[in-house]
Amino acid sequence: MVLKTLTGNYAVATAVKLARVKVVATYPITPQTTIVEKLAEMVETGELDAEMIRVESEYSAMAAVYGAASGGVRAFTATSSHGLLYMHEMLWWVAGSRMPLVMAVVTRSIGPPWNIWTDHSDIMGQRDAGWLITFSENSQETLDETLKLFRITEDERVYLPGIVTLDAFIMSHTSEPVDIPDQSLVDAFLPPRKQPYVFKAGDPIVMGNMPRDLKWNMMVREDMCRAMERAKRVIEEADELWGKLTGRKHGGLTDCYRCEDAKHFIVGMGAWTGDMRDAVDHLRDRFGLKVGLIKVRYFRPFPSEDLIKWLNNAMSVVVFDRSVSPGAEGPLYIETVSSLASSGVRSPVKNVLAGLAGVDLAPADISNVMLASVEEVEELGAFKQRVTWFYGGE
Amino acid sequence: MPISIKDLPKEKYVLPGDTACPGCPENMGLRFVGMALGGKVILVIPAGCTSIIQGLAPGSGLNFPILNVPFASSDAVAAGLSAAKKILGEDAVVVAWAGDGGTADIGFATLSGSAERNDNIIHICVDNEAYMNTGIQRSSQTPLGAWTTTTVGGKKERKKDLPLIMLMHRIPYVATASVAYPIDFIEKLRKASTIRGFKYIHLHSPCPVGWRFDPMYTVTVAKLAVETGMWILFESEDSKVSISPSSRPYLDKSKRKPVKEYLSMQGRFRNVTDEVLKEIERQVDENWSTLLKLAA
Ligand SMILES: Cc1ncc(C[n+]2csc(CCOP(=O)(O)OP(=O)(O)O)c2C)c(N)n1
Ligand code: SF4
Repeated sequence: MVLKTLTGNYAVATAVKLARVKVVATYPITPQTTIVEKLAEMVETGELDAEMIRVESEYSAMAAVYGAASGGVRAFTATSSHGLLYMHEMLWWVAGSRMPLVMAVVTRSIGPPWNIWTDHSDIMGQRDAGWLITFSENSQETLDETLKLFRITEDERVYLPGIVTLDAFIMSHTSEPVDIPDQSLVDAFLPPRKQPYVFKAGDPIVMGNMPRDLKWNMMVREDMCRAMERAKRVIEEADELWGKLTGRKHGGLTDCYRCEDAKHFIVGMGAWTGDMRDAVDHLRDRFGLKVGLIKVRYFRPFPSEDLIKWLNNAMSVVVFDRSVSPGAEGPLYIETVSSLASSGVRSPVKNVLAGLAGVDLAPADISNVMLASVEEVEELGAFKQRVTWFYGGE
Repeated sequence: MPISIKDLPKEKYVLPGDTACPGCPENMGLRFVGMALGGKVILVIPAGCTSIIQGLAPGSGLNFPILNVPFASSDAVAAGLSAAKKILGEDAVVVAWAGDGGTADIGFATLSGSAERNDNIIHICVDNEAYMNTGIQRSSQTPLGAWTTTTVGGKKERKKDLPLIMLMHRIPYVATASVAYPIDFIEKLRKASTIRGFKYIHLHSPCPVGWRFDPMYTVTVAKLAVETGMWILFESEDSKVSISPSSRPYLDKSKRKPVKEYLSMQGRFRNVTDEVLKEIERQVDENWSTLLKLAA
């Protein structure tokens, strides 16, 4: 193992190399660009033995890696924001084809107005396509999770594509020390690629023609849901194995920080869970408040069981969302509430919409939100407002 | 090397159970692809009539490996697939088989990108001059004056010259073909399959449903297109253009049958005025003279 200072984007590129990816097709968009550039350089110098297809759009990037994966090799792409939206149709096709494939998404807001800073609008717009979606907190987790996704997506219990996300700039362009595993360790962790079928000349299989019975079409969707359920176990196993090999476990679908005796909970995902840890420490050490953090590592499959387990007796829950569905609320909130309600957990849950369009949210802001929330719940036994918009610095 | 029908493989690639309309040109084209390239082919097929012609899963009326893909994506998928086969050291001819919509309109950026990169695939545009799968709407390949459900008074614009646009990509191989000239098409396919890089073949495919003629006349109509000079068979290797033997007689304008004969066989041209007819005739001459300049 080597310790190297890497940006999140270079951590992704390093993982792609270690996974021995054979075809890369990408189209540049800020702030994903340095992934493309790094991979192009690696291919050019022979450091990465792969074909690089320098496509003319993200739509073609996803199409090309889908073609490569269908042909039997490990393939990779990366994008962000408008690029991800441009891929949308292909994302559904890849998932419905049950084709294992890994993509990195540097989460960035959607225009108008033009904006290159982070929020989760882009990735949340893809949540129903059938891809596994994981959020990372730091470059180490980005690298580890990218590698794990190859193993998880190629497990026959799953056979679905997966996305590793990293927040624009906060992670994509921030350098941190990253432990880079040895190639031999990665080779031991990642078995040779498995996939449900491979296109070859002379073998007349057909993918995607209309079914004789519409029920089969519906069953494709049902089976994807079952695969997502099974993926939960596969994700845990991958984390266990990775932990054994490297000494690093990030948690399965969630990571709970100082939750054991917590009464009040923060729920969040992505880069700012690091700030949320600081806020938890501050609230506990300075104010003696029993606050815990549930970091949602996987949004798909959604960690309902974990949330129910941790929040069963919560006095209050504040869910931070970095995107919103106009006409409803933040997606993490919606799904948290739905999970809790489905098992009769009646803790008060509030949605804080913050950090959209890259608006900064400091650890102190998170602490302040939590102080006010705890006070409100202790006084009223409930939240006055289900949803609040928070612009920070108040 | 001249090919004769009796030397062609007898193996069937279009099977009973396909769901094409009677007289379907796409089906004919696929049969010729099978005869030309047989078991070497992997087809990548975007939305269009051929999505349906395959028949219903879990069966298939086509005896090829087929990856069905979204409408605009075929060449990029084919490029990735071809890259995978190269890496794995497997022999395969990856063919994107797309309609005129999937080629010239919604798929055009993908096509152009792939051609410019010189991806190692064959793109066949099966051109029935409209979006037939969705019920006969106009495309950029619909000719001037033709009725479609979105040009009920006849199309006001002329057909975009896609083979020439592809020629200007300076790819190693460009050809036009017609379902009425299978040997010519098969020879072109075989040649294309021996060339590395991007190969483009534009297959003229009269559709009885959309063009409004009796299904027994698919070949007759396709032949007339060539004999009137409306469709010119040519090929270009490394940008050297040559008119194919079946079209060579019509270099001489006097040998061409009257355009009117071609139009009058098709209900879609029923309301073409004399003025539009004249314009179509003028365009035929213009198309020939442009091509001959390139062939010179
Ligand atoms: C993105 C998208 N837009 C529209 C459609 C609907 N659609 C399916 S096939 C088709 C037309 C196909 O026309 P063409 O490519 O000429 O092939 P043909 O059906 O004539 O063989 C359209 C518009 C689609 N499948 N996907
Ligand atoms: S509409 Fe035309 S091209 Fe489509 S299946 Fe029928 S005959 Fe063939």
